[in-house]
Amino acid sequence: MATIATTAAVDTLPKRPNALWQFIKAQPFGTAGLLIILVYVVCAFGAAWISPYNPEEIDFAAMLTRPSAVHWFGTDQYGRDVFSRIVYGSRTALAVGILSAVIGCTVGALIGAASGYFSGRIDTAIQRVVDIMLSFPIIVLAMVVVAVLGKRTAFGIDLNLIAAIALPIVPRMARVSRASTLSIVAMPFIDAARAAGFGHNRIILRHIVPNIVAPYLIMVSASMAQAILLEASLSFLGLGVTEPTAAWGLMLSGTSADFYQTAPWMILFPGVAITLAVFAFNLFGDSLRDWLDPKLKS
Amino acid sequence: MFWYLLRRLILVIPTLIGVAIAVFFLIRVMPGDVVVVKLRADGAAVSDETIAAERKRLGLDKPLYQQFADYMVGLTQFDLGKSLWTGESVGKEIALRAPVSFQIALMAGLIAILIAIPLGTLSALYRDSWIDHSVRVVAVSGLAIPSFWLGMLIILGLLSLFNWLPKIGYVPFWEDPITNLSVTIWPAASVGYRYAAVATRMMRSSLLEVMREDYIRTAKAKGVWTRLIMRRHALRNALLPVVTVIGLEFAFLIGGLVVTEQVFNINGIGKLFVDATARGDFNLIQGLVLFIATCFILINLAVDLLYGWLDPRIRLN
Repeated sequence: MATIATTAAVDTLPKRPNALWQFIKAQPFGTAGLLIILVYVVCAFGAAWISPYNPEEIDFAAMLTRPSAVHWFGTDQYGRDVFSRIVYGSRTALAVGILSAVIGCTVGALIGAASGYFSGRIDTAIQRVVDIMLSFPIIVLAMVVVAVLGKRTAFGIDLNLIAAIALPIVPRMARVSRASTLSIVAMPFIDAARAAGFGHNRIILRHIVPNIVAPYLIMVSASMAQAILLEASLSFLGLGVTEPTAAWGLMLSGTSADFYQTAPWMILFPGVAITLAVFAFNLFGDSLRDWLDPKLKS
Repeated sequence: MFWYLLRRLILVIPTLIGVAIAVFFLIRVMPGDVVVVKLRADGAAVSDETIAAERKRLGLDKPLYQQFADYMVGLTQFDLGKSLWTGESVGKEIALRAPVSFQIALMAGLIAILIAIPLGTLSALYRDSWIDHSVRVVAVSGLAIPSFWLGMLIILGLLSLFNWLPKIGYVPFWEDPITNLSVTIWPAASVGYRYAAVATRMMRSSLLEVMREDYIRTAKAKGVWTRLIMRRHALRNALLPVVTVIGLEFAFLIGGLVVTEQVFNINGIGKLFVDATARGDFNLIQGLVLFIATCFILINLAVDLLYGWLDPRIRLN
């Protein structure tokens, strides 16, 4: 799905020699965000080579050691290397963040497109459901899903956690894609497609979806920041990723609060990792919006 | 105004019913069995009979339509059922925890407004100066810093600077205002920062937009002082989108509060919700979600009314 979306996006852009280069030139802040994201991606894929220690290895001889040349970010109460855990944590954060943002936005985009395309009663019904779902705060909705579904792990990732984070994204994306669809449905080429006798599926997938790729991409990058924050919050509450997996929110939770004075590095570094990741995705998302949608430029 | 208010209040009812239905179905119809999740957590070996007995005790063996009817009838009498964990009525559990959370939410909102309006105005007035840049950096970081981590940093700061921590436990404001504030101000600040950041950004951009309007140019051409232009013409119009954003972001505030109460060990709605989720106490979850959604809907209603007060054109429609 993701690859299809990206290729389609490039098609909708004005034909330029190199879209990436144009973005870098036009959006220095967005490029900075993109660079930070790249660092995290490298950490996620190369965690085994980058981290000096095994993130789950307990070493009581090195409990709560200060940051030094041996342990760059110090160690936690079990002697686990904080730097290694943060590097491995980027794997968890990106996997959960990207998957749930893409799933949530894709489902939301399709629902919104269908809602805008069919209009009438179907539209009204879908919009009521969307309205109701929007009246639940994001984390509240996610917590309900966690409570009802429990855990289901596959490939080292909690699928239900991804569902919990993706669900609140759905109505938000549905809103956006419905609005874009409404403006596209009024275009003559949709009438032409209808007159040519194309089915609903074909019109939605081939004629509407490619035209809502820009808002889709913007929402995906904005939702990733939100998903990473949500994953960290849930893990912090003990409702997300569980020990001994390395996750940033988890590193801040539980007993780490007992070590405010003896080991502040246990609290500082994971928080910086979350903040920087959310910041980078926000920055990139904002720039992407400015770049893809010149109407919104101030 | 009275009829407008009444009409708006009546319109809230169908939304609330929808929310109640959504909560019910979210919890019962989603794949997964609450009882199994609760009893067989961590792979405990629990017999099928025990699970069946627990389902019967909780009324989960009844057909869905009957459970739904019981639930809706209960709601009309403000009966949210009993907590599966403590056996107390859900309404009572919530009433016990609500005041402290309300106070913190209110204080966070106040902090946000008090910071956002002046900072956003300054930022817009001195656009592209160092003031503007620093305000924007502060605002952008507010969007990225998780409120619970900010709370931890505040605790860290208090400990290392003053070797002092706020007391645990809530004292009502009218009994001991100083203790009360010394407990609630920190969580309010940590969740209020994000709130303030969002509102500041909105204030800045909406003021910039208003400043481009023709009536501002006319006022300038007449030679009206900048201050007077701001006060008479610009601020009130610029406030509209800010008010909207404050209402919309209230959901985020609640979300932040759920997590941040944990950091400061505050026994509020958020902590109750986390405990209920961890224990699979779905009656309590149901009641809490309904309660939170109701608050959110009412806040947005209040925002709409405020909108009407700020902009008379809206009231007339």
